[in-house]
Amino acid sequence: MNSSRLVTRIATIVLLGSMACAVATLHAIDRLGLQSQAQQTLYFRSPKTLRRMSLGFTGLLADIYWTRAVQYFGYQHNQMSDDFHLLAPLLQVTTELDPRLLPPYQLGANFLAPKPPNGAGSPDEALRLLQYGIAHNPDQWRLYYDLGFLYYTELKDYGKASEAFWAGARLPGTHQFMPVLAARMAQHAGEFETARMLWYTTYQSTNQPDIKYNAVQHLVALRVDEDVTRLEELVEKYREQTGHLPTSMSDLERAGFIRGKPADPNGKPYKLMSDGRIEVQDPSVLLYITKGLPPGKTARP
Amino acid sequence: MKSRIAFVAFNTFREAVRDRVLYNLIAFALLISAAAILVGEISIDVERLVVINLGLTAVSLFGVVIAIFIGIGLVSKEIDKKTLYTVLSRPVRRWEFVVGKFFGLTGTLVVNTFFMAIGVFLALLYVARHFEKADLPVLAALYFIVLEFFVVCALALFFSSFSTPIMSALFTFALFAVGSLSDELRGFARMATGLKGALMTVCAYVVPNFSAFNIINQAAHGDGVPGRLILYNTLYALLYSTIAISGAVLIFQRRNLK
Amino acid sequence: MAAIEILDLEKTYRIGFWHSRQKLALRPLRLTIEQGEVFGFLGPNGAGKTTTLKLLMGLVPPTAGTARILGMEIDDPRVKAQIGFLPEQPYFYDHLTARELLTYYAQLSGVPAKERSARVAAMLQQVGLVESAGVQLRKYSKGMLQRVGLAQAVLHNPKVVFLDEPMSGLDPMGRREVRELIQQLRSEGKTVFFSTHILSDAEALCDRVAVIHGGELQGVGAVAELTPQSQGKVEIIFCAPSVPAALTSMAIEARVSGDMVNAVIQQGQQEEVLDILHRERIRLISLTPVRSSLEEYYVEKLRPKESGKGAGA
Repeated sequence: MNSSRLVTRIATIVLLGSMACAVATLHAIDRLGLQSQAQQTLYFRSPKTLRRMSLGFTGLLADIYWTRAVQYFGYQHNQMSDDFHLLAPLLQVTTELDPRLLPPYQLGANFLAPKPPNGAGSPDEALRLLQYGIAHNPDQWRLYYDLGFLYYTELKDYGKASEAFWAGARLPGTHQFMPVLAARMAQHAGEFETARMLWYTTYQSTNQPDIKYNAVQHLVALRVDEDVTRLEELVEKYREQTGHLPTSMSDLERAGFIRGKPADPNGKPYKLMSDGRIEVQDPSVLLYITKGLPPGKTARP
Repeated sequence: MKSRIAFVAFNTFREAVRDRVLYNLIAFALLISAAAILVGEISIDVERLVVINLGLTAVSLFGVVIAIFIGIGLVSKEIDKKTLYTVLSRPVRRWEFVVGKFFGLTGTLVVNTFFMAIGVFLALLYVARHFEKADLPVLAALYFIVLEFFVVCALALFFSSFSTPIMSALFTFALFAVGSLSDELRGFARMATGLKGALMTVCAYVVPNFSAFNIINQAAHGDGVPGRLILYNTLYALLYSTIAISGAVLIFQRRNLK
Repeated sequence: MAAIEILDLEKTYRIGFWHSRQKLALRPLRLTIEQGEVFGFLGPNGAGKTTTLKLLMGLVPPTAGTARILGMEIDDPRVKAQIGFLPEQPYFYDHLTARELLTYYAQLSGVPAKERSARVAAMLQQVGLVESAGVQLRKYSKGMLQRVGLAQAVLHNPKVVFLDEPMSGLDPMGRREVRELIQQLRSEGKTVFFSTHILSDAEALCDRVAVIHGGELQGVGAVAELTPQSQGKVEIIFCAPSVPAALTSMAIEARVSGDMVNAVIQQGQQEEVLDILHRERIRLISLTPVRSSLEEYYVEKLRPKESGKGAGA
């Protein structure tokens, strides 16, 4: 083999080997980086400073901060951490850099307000963020929806919630449920149907995977709560008719109260307990249920 | 072999010095002294922060500019001026020449950074009156900046092995800019799915990862630097430089020297 | 063992943005140069001389063929220690002084550290650059650079020296010095391969010459072999506004430029013509035998090609 071909061969091997190792090292750095990201602090909390430093490229910078917010939230969520203290400032910086970027408001409405571990536990920040968003995007029904949703689910202010849904119902492109939601708010709250409609609307009107997933979990939980309530009513009815509790689901089936074995949305049959209560088989995967839990266990707040 | 690489490297260094590259140190000295004197007017506590942030950012930018503007000419200038003929007609292999050039340029930058680092520490001493343990991360940040120079030099050398100086400068600068945002790039890639996600992931890993080298802010706040980051960054810089230089060797090996 | 064996070396460049067009630079070339020879490589600009030298130096890879220097393949790293090369119109690192440059090249050529400074000093002495040895090359004249070039080519005491157009751009003094240097190399037993488009240099120095044109070898041999014997013509230059009537019948050709006449006559009529000039009180400027020998051969060989294909150097 002549010497030039030898050099070529060695250089090629070195090149490919280094490439593989470099990617591996980058992976290692990434893992480190994520850990340090968890403890990271925001160096620029002032959007004004950032705006100046961006040399006018505020849109790009907003996108970058938005990515950071999503990653921060996703990472903390995956780590089962209940520390979301950077979410509010990240979203604030993002929206002030680009007030017309809508996804941050949705993320804020869904995850800033709920108490840890489901969110950052700061409904005031969520409210402020949405009001800021509406001020800059008065023609976006989605923001009014998020506002009404926030009033209903976290702040429990049904009057304000109704107002918000009404305001959004009049805007172009609005969702068909908006006037219905407004009306229901005005009557009363706490019904399965209303809650279902809310989460369904949320599910339908977002592209963000985190929000979609969250909505699905809530819808699942609503269905479970509804099922458990109805099944326990049937058990009570059975006891009234026969004078004793049913010993199994089959008793209920033979009595003609139910058809087949009722199961939760994950396909796991409900359990009939000896004291007549209904329980789900695996409460840990049904994040937001309030019923069907073993005694003494409460739902996640 | 080793000695020939060293001779080429030394000649490259000597050329840079005689072409008055180190004059940038004067500009740097003026900048850092002005900063040190002026921040005294602003407020207490922030002085350290400003001197470190400004100083290290300047060290990094000055160095990158030098690395790019000398690096792009390293090979193409020798071909244009035909100085290469009298070198390669001697017992110098082409790869030895490329590697020697790389070390010559990085050597220049290390010397340059050394003087700048002294400037930063003097300014720090001036505003803070004393050194403290929190100044140690500044050393780590400077070390990472030098690692960054290695990668930039290697890239400039790579492009210079087949492209005109202007195109090489453009390519290198573009990669530097994209590489500085590579964390965000990998973030975007993680969020994208399917073919787009795969393409972005490939991009994100091919582009040099300069963001891991940038710990200026952390250094300014006196945050500790994990030992493993130092290790990985060192490894990464060496590997990436090796990639770029092997690429340069592969291309240069076949090149017609017209 | 021959000093240089060129075995069907061939080069075609690919040009254009996509490397789609081909440009012929050298047709298969076969030449053997013995050790101790001074060999002239003749041809007009763009004939393929520089391409041949670059192929031999390994600066461009051949399209086909191979070559051996001192019995070793040209890509054998050991070859490089045995050869010296002066490129055409050399340009050196102008941030260095002559002494620094020669020291650098001595380092690269593997001259042992203890011999380096003595060797460099001797070379500076030989090419007459002792006084300006500490001056940066950017301040050197073209002639001085050529001397530096010669010095670097022979610095490491190579066995075979390649010189590409070593006399071009030099004043008469400089050319004489280069000639002397080549003579000296010959006397030291070294092989010299030099390219030139100047015939008189080749005639004066070479044991053998090769003529190349359009990337193709036209002929090779001793100068005497290639050139026919003297043609017995004399070129005569004298001061006169026009060709004197007495001369018109004798002149083979005559040209008037200003108040000078340039005429070519048969050698046998030389005395007669001088008599005429003397009688008419015309001042004689010069009288030289027409030494067209190699030139004649050269012109003869090249003429049919002039309008034909060209080739890059």
